[in-house]
Amino acid sequence: MPSYVNPEKCDGCKALDKTACQHICPNDLMALDKDKMKAYNRDVSMCWECYSCVKICPTQAIEVRSYADFAPLGASATPMRSTDTILWTVKFRNGTIKRFKFPIRTTPEGKAVPDGGFETKGDLNSPLLYTEPASIGMADVYRMNN
Amino acid sequence: MAEFETVVVETDLLILGGGMAACGAAVEAAHWAMQNGLKVALVDKAAIDRSGAVAMGLSAINQYVGLKDGANTITDYVNYVRNDLMGVTREDLVANIARHVDSSVHLFEKWGLPIWKDAKGAYVHEGRWQLMINGESYKVVVAEAAKNALLGTGVGEIFERVFIVGPLMDGERCAGAVGFSVRENKFYVFKSKATLVAMGGAVHVFKPRSSGEGMGRAWYPPWNAGSSAYFTIKAGAEMTCQEVRFIPVRFKDAYGPVGAWFLLFKSRATNAMGGNYMIERKPELEKWGPYGRVKPVPANLRNYLGMLDVMEGKGPISMRTEEAMQAIAESLKDDPKAYKKKMKELESEAWEDFLDMTISQALLWAATNLSPEEKSSEIAAAEPYFIGSHSGASGAWISGPEDLQTAETKGQYFWGYAHMSTVPGLFCAGDASGASSHKFSSGSHAEGRIAAKAAIKFIVENNTMPVLEPAALEALKAEILKPLAIYEQFEKTTTDPEINPNYIKPRMFMFRLQKIMDEYAGGITAQFTTNESLLKKALELLAYLKEDAEKLAASNLHELMRCWENQHRMWQAEAHVRTVLFREETRWPGYYFRADKPQLDEEKWHVFANCRFDPKTSTWETMARPILHVISQQPKEPALAKA
Repeated sequence: MPSYVNPEKCDGCKALDKTACQHICPNDLMALDKDKMKAYNRDVSMCWECYSCVKICPTQAIEVRSYADFAPLGASATPMRSTDTILWTVKFRNGTIKRFKFPIRTTPEGKAVPDGGFETKGDLNSPLLYTEPASIGMADVYRMNN
Repeated sequence: MAEFETVVVETDLLILGGGMAACGAAVEAAHWAMQNGLKVALVDKAAIDRSGAVAMGLSAINQYVGLKDGANTITDYVNYVRNDLMGVTREDLVANIARHVDSSVHLFEKWGLPIWKDAKGAYVHEGRWQLMINGESYKVVVAEAAKNALLGTGVGEIFERVFIVGPLMDGERCAGAVGFSVRENKFYVFKSKATLVAMGGAVHVFKPRSSGEGMGRAWYPPWNAGSSAYFTIKAGAEMTCQEVRFIPVRFKDAYGPVGAWFLLFKSRATNAMGGNYMIERKPELEKWGPYGRVKPVPANLRNYLGMLDVMEGKGPISMRTEEAMQAIAESLKDDPKAYKKKMKELESEAWEDFLDMTISQALLWAATNLSPEEKSSEIAAAEPYFIGSHSGASGAWISGPEDLQTAETKGQYFWGYAHMSTVPGLFCAGDASGASSHKFSSGSHAEGRIAAKAAIKFIVENNTMPVLEPAALEALKAEILKPLAIYEQFEKTTTDPEINPNYIKPRMFMFRLQKIMDEYAGGITAQFTTNESLLKKALELLAYLKEDAEKLAASNLHELMRCWENQHRMWQAEAHVRTVLFREETRWPGYYFRADKPQLDEEKWHVFANCRFDPKTSTWETMARPILHVISQQPKEPALAKA
């Protein structure tokens, strides 16, 4: 089943032109049943369990049930992703709960500055790329016989 | 059939793909395009925030040379890659990526990627070339910089959910690409002065080990369907290393990464009898020439030693996680509080390794009540993949940079623009370019940058918009949308749309391809072994499959994408089979074994095996290209290895 949708929580992202899960799924798997206004995973055997839909869902309606053709039932891994950290709750088949928290980024969302503050020295014919050599941390890029 | 609007987009540089290489290309291209008054368009089949192989995240950056710290040299990296690939690598390409990769990593850090630091503020290495990261949002951060570069400067446009089918040509020159929206009835024509292909490698060409929904749990993502290979092959580009597939050894079934366990935690893998194949089977390495003697042992030879255990009935092979974790905390044994704290820290690191990049493996541990500090976990060889950025090498044959050539290599490896294929105006990066393995996420990003800058230079020096024939575009449109037309024509002729003698749905088409490759081209059920007769049989069956591709049927846009993805896989498959057939030796025994040519033949086959499909005559040719050295070798290759 990989990712699945809880019908009680899914609101089909209301009247927006597409759901958040449809927007993000790298494999174009999430679809919207327009009659029910509920999202669903249309091809579970092509799901990578990447959790992109789980993380983006505004109503936390999406969960993952591990691949039934090799994994025993009863486990879950539930993320809560904020702007700078992710908190995971992992539930074992035997009921054991583990919790892990990891940083995810060090800059405010949307603020990745392309040049990273590094100056560009070269021209179009130079082997130096944009932001180089400063971004390499060297005086120059490697050249043969140096 | 519903009307499809034709949308024509004219741009200067067209970037195809949205993964690491394409995002690197976007950042680089935006700068040089701005300086030269040019435009850039990037086309992604998905949403750029979570597309490509890094969509889920990663727990490590696998290529960092550390030049600024004097940790390693470019020569060190080239030697490592050459040896790992059993001598088959383009040193000019590997060196070019290696000299720029640190720059990409430093940019990632500035953009917001958390890289582990030690108490002194230095990067924490997983291994010699690998850095540990908190990489859940690795792709989000890298995509953000790409978007800001393209959209913030106004030079670029980004098209999401547009699936690229194939190349547009103006004579010999690449003139752009054609595809369709997977959201609305639109046929897209992208006209460009240069095109940069970065659409990933290929998964599901071979039958995977899982048979049900677990098929989706490929090691490399299932959405990487051979689009780079198809695009370059159909444009008439020369291809290289199409025989060099990659088979990763991973935690069994969920394919969690093993790198942190082997490198950071220094774990052993043992068989059912407690034996360690890396020690017990060491004499086997002597059969594989100079490559069996290098450190680290090449990935495919490590695989092979483990496979020999499994084939002899000595499985399962276990990663001794419990032993490794205890060994690390051992020195703190006399201080119970410190010991407990260290074990807790290791436990968190072990789980993060999976939660950052293979959540399925964390789920499998939880589903089997497994705590790594208590119990070992099974590892196994997965199925074959085409991924030139990792320890595979398949991709297009591209020009190296002019300044990293010797007098001898310049005539062979350089033709005008760095990382351009043999087709003018067609550039490649990441899994799209071959013979430059071990670039991984960071090196692919760096290569995207290299290729984008060279492509802008190409445009400045060849600044003419290609000419396209309207009639040819109409024919392409009809060809691309044909599966929808076929479905509509025949769907009512049976009571179940899944079974119909007039067409084949993409899913069964994929299964047929996978069965051919699995049984005849050395897949899992053939124990990765094949021979000339089996390969010829594969070609015979692939020819029928190619004919039946004309009868692929799609009931909607999603299935239309699946139809074309599977055609892309089929062309990758054919290039592979033809090249495995051409190379009459066994060079990477842990990737595939030619049972009729079971030995390394350094005298005859220390060469690149290349192939090319001629779009005019619809014929294939295979050819050997010399392996020439740019960087000094360590260790020296045997005297008989003449280029």
